[in-house]
Amino acid sequence: MRGNGEVVVSLYYVQKLLYQLNRDPAVRRRFQEDRDDLLSEYQLTDEERDAIVEGNIGLLYVMGVNGQILMHYSALLGQKWEEYLEAMREGVRKYGPVRAGLYTLLEDREQTWRPDLHGNR
Amino acid sequence: MSVVFAGVCSHAPGITGRADRADPAVRDAFYAKLDEMRQRLEASRPDALIVVAAEHFANFFMNNMPAYCMGMAESYEGPIEDEKWLGIERTRVPGNAGLSRRIIEAMLHDIDLAYAEEWKFDHGIMVPLHFLTPRYDLPVIPVNINCQGPPLTPLARAYEFGRALRRACDAQPERIAIVGTGGISHWPATPNSGVINEEWDREFLRRFLANDREALISYTDAETFRDAGQGGFEIRTFIAIAGATEGKTGELLFYAPIPIFAVGCTVATMAV
Repeated sequence: MRGNGEVVVSLYYVQKLLYQLNRDPAVRRRFQEDRDDLLSEYQLTDEERDAIVEGNIGLLYVMGVNGQILMHYSALLGQKWEEYLEAMREGVRKYGPVRAGLYTLLEDREQTWRPDLHGNR
Repeated sequence: MSVVFAGVCSHAPGITGRADRADPAVRDAFYAKLDEMRQRLEASRPDALIVVAAEHFANFFMNNMPAYCMGMAESYEGPIEDEKWLGIERTRVPGNAGLSRRIIEAMLHDIDLAYAEEWKFDHGIMVPLHFLTPRYDLPVIPVNINCQGPPLTPLARAYEFGRALRRACDAQPERIAIVGTGGISHWPATPNSGVINEEWDREFLRRFLANDREALISYTDAETFRDAGQGGFEIRTFIAIAGATEGKTGELLFYAPIPIFAVGCTVATMAV
């Protein structure tokens, strides 16, 4: 779903792969041992496929992967919590604002960042 | 019998998983109030505990996403996450399939409720259970309200869900406790993780504790997203508890923003 309600089929499959990777040890095993075969079952663009294989958390965030799915992939890759948060920030710096999904609900994408509330951090 | 206990609490994974990184004074005060909630829950002598939660892609995905789902299994397993990451050991939690079935059958008159005979608990249920039923000896019935993958159920329907849940529970012979668990404002698992809008939280809690239905259901999702983050969509769980305790008000036992837990940590009970 983009901010205007358009459904992005490809993002659905990126999230589905990561969702299944997070919850199913058999999928994790295939991801390690027979990755190409596993990934061929999902409709992915080259950019998405590369981001998954390279563990590019920042780009996956910008593509619109929900953090509740992404944070577990980050943990699977061995990232610490702060490294995960920094990877997403770096992704936005490098690739621009989030393109699709839940975090584009508002017209003004900048509003997904709340610097005015960061005083509570 | 009837509903013998109702309350709400936070469930963020940092509450157990990053416990050592919080200010000990605030953390321990929060834990103490969760324990007071446990004591009140136990004093109500429940036969079962219904946890109205907002899970995070542990069981449900956008290939088949129910707006509302209730567990109907003899037992459940959790946490689905890495035990060390969450700080909670994997365990089996007893359910009560017969009671689930009777409640679901009753609720279907009012709500198109999905059911699941298989369900793995994520932090959204395991963190509350870790504090409220630490011996995992009370049968639990899980409920999920989709708060993650829009389109989401309207807030008025979440209140109506609570009303229907109450009617269904009141028709059963068992003594039933209900706990809602969710937000309030938070931006979990995003670059804004740790941001908490305390002012928004306190106004929401004011409406919740007063059980002011009209005020509770007046938020639009765009407003909630702007002011309370995508985690704010989980107010549906609190609103369901308000619906289940319509006409009654609540007592706030604890509220404090704890940034490393990534949420305004909340413990409250509602009169039943």
